[in-house]
Amino acid sequence: MANAKGSAFLLAGGTDLLVRMKSGAIDPELIVDIKRIPATQAITKTASGFKIGAGVPCAQLGRDAALVKAWPGVVEAANLIGSDQVQGRCTVAGNLCNASPAADSVPAMVAARAKAAIVGAGGRRSVAVEKVVTGPGRTSLEKGEFIEAIVLPTPAPKSGDAYLRFTPRTEMDIAVCSAAVNLTLGPKGVVTAARVVLGAVAPTVVLVPAAAKAIIGSTLDDDALANLAAACEAACAPIDDKRGTVEFRTEVAGVLARRAAKLAYERAGGK
Amino acid sequence: MAGVHVSTTVNGDDVEFVCPGSESLLDVLRNRLGLTGAKEGCGTGDCGACSVTVDGQLVCACLMLGAEVEGRQVQTVEGMAQGDQLHPLQRQFIENAALQCGICTPGFLMAAKALLDRNPDPTETEIRYALAGNLCRCTGYDKIVRAVSATAKELSQEATTKGSKKR
Repeated sequence: MANAKGSAFLLAGGTDLLVRMKSGAIDPELIVDIKRIPATQAITKTASGFKIGAGVPCAQLGRDAALVKAWPGVVEAANLIGSDQVQGRCTVAGNLCNASPAADSVPAMVAARAKAAIVGAGGRRSVAVEKVVTGPGRTSLEKGEFIEAIVLPTPAPKSGDAYLRFTPRTEMDIAVCSAAVNLTLGPKGVVTAARVVLGAVAPTVVLVPAAAKAIIGSTLDDDALANLAAACEAACAPIDDKRGTVEFRTEVAGVLARRAAKLAYERAGGK
Repeated sequence: MAGVHVSTTVNGDDVEFVCPGSESLLDVLRNRLGLTGAKEGCGTGDCGACSVTVDGQLVCACLMLGAEVEGRQVQTVEGMAQGDQLHPLQRQFIENAALQCGICTPGFLMAAKALLDRNPDPTETEIRYALAGNLCRCTGYDKIVRAVSATAKELSQEATTKGSKKR
């Protein structure tokens, strides 16, 4: 790829790349399909968690029982992308690199403390998923670098995660706003750690530490949930378009975060 | 972009072709192999009219490069009927009037077959979710859902009367 004369692109699922080629946005001189490299096609359980190869289609995440059990929120987010046809091709690494603020899998991956395993001519580096996207369509990847895998940690005991989005259509739609929550419980169902992430309400997905702080130390009572929603609303800086107004996206972000927190709490074994 | 030589299997037949590296599987099927069942509706993976399977996985042929199917097993709507014998889904689509203009039909048939192959007894909700990637502007979908449901019923009855015969 380094020797390509014109623009060179890496092909994983291709569900974004081929659309961009079709629209004339890009005209690659070279396309390199990585899917024949066995490691790109595997979900590997490691001592520290899961390694999802850059070519693994999202449908495969849903068929991996161990991954579904460990990170149900990440899997449900990845499985919301597109149709069955698209699920058979699209990848979470590609979803991240496409750098849409409305990407479904990204808030869930950030909540899960996922890391992108990046490789390039200069070697390998590991970067937190929230550091990869810098703006709509823009990433912090250097020229010649690509993501070879997404690495998820092993969840802490008594943890749960969840992802919810709002779309006018049930399927085949892009999030108007979304929320992911990953939390861990201590004795008596008290939240001891949390990550709250919003999608489609800013140029990148937003990690909201204030929202996490609002529920840490609580048993997710009504006051804590109200504070969580308020912190989420305060973190929103959405666009105003036909798909959702600023006011609508802001309010729904709080509602979704509250519901996602409840779902994550249940999954963590809280009552 | 330079031509790529590809050897693959389409509907059980060995096939070879040369195509530019940037050419979609859909263009290869339609323009090089003469298989015009898969249609181009949108070219962006939204309408499902170009649905085919590759190694059993349902995909949009417009979202794959022809070069990607080297050594794979491709199935298109042309491979559904056995000679003059229509696939039960094809027959039920006709009996239930599940098509009008017909542009979307090959894609619906392939998506419905992929569904029934993995879930022989789907609920109406499961059928509607599985076909969410296929758009039809004529039927309003009800007749398509009924045709798929009727096929599932027919195949399960056939399985009970004829033992475990599979189509």
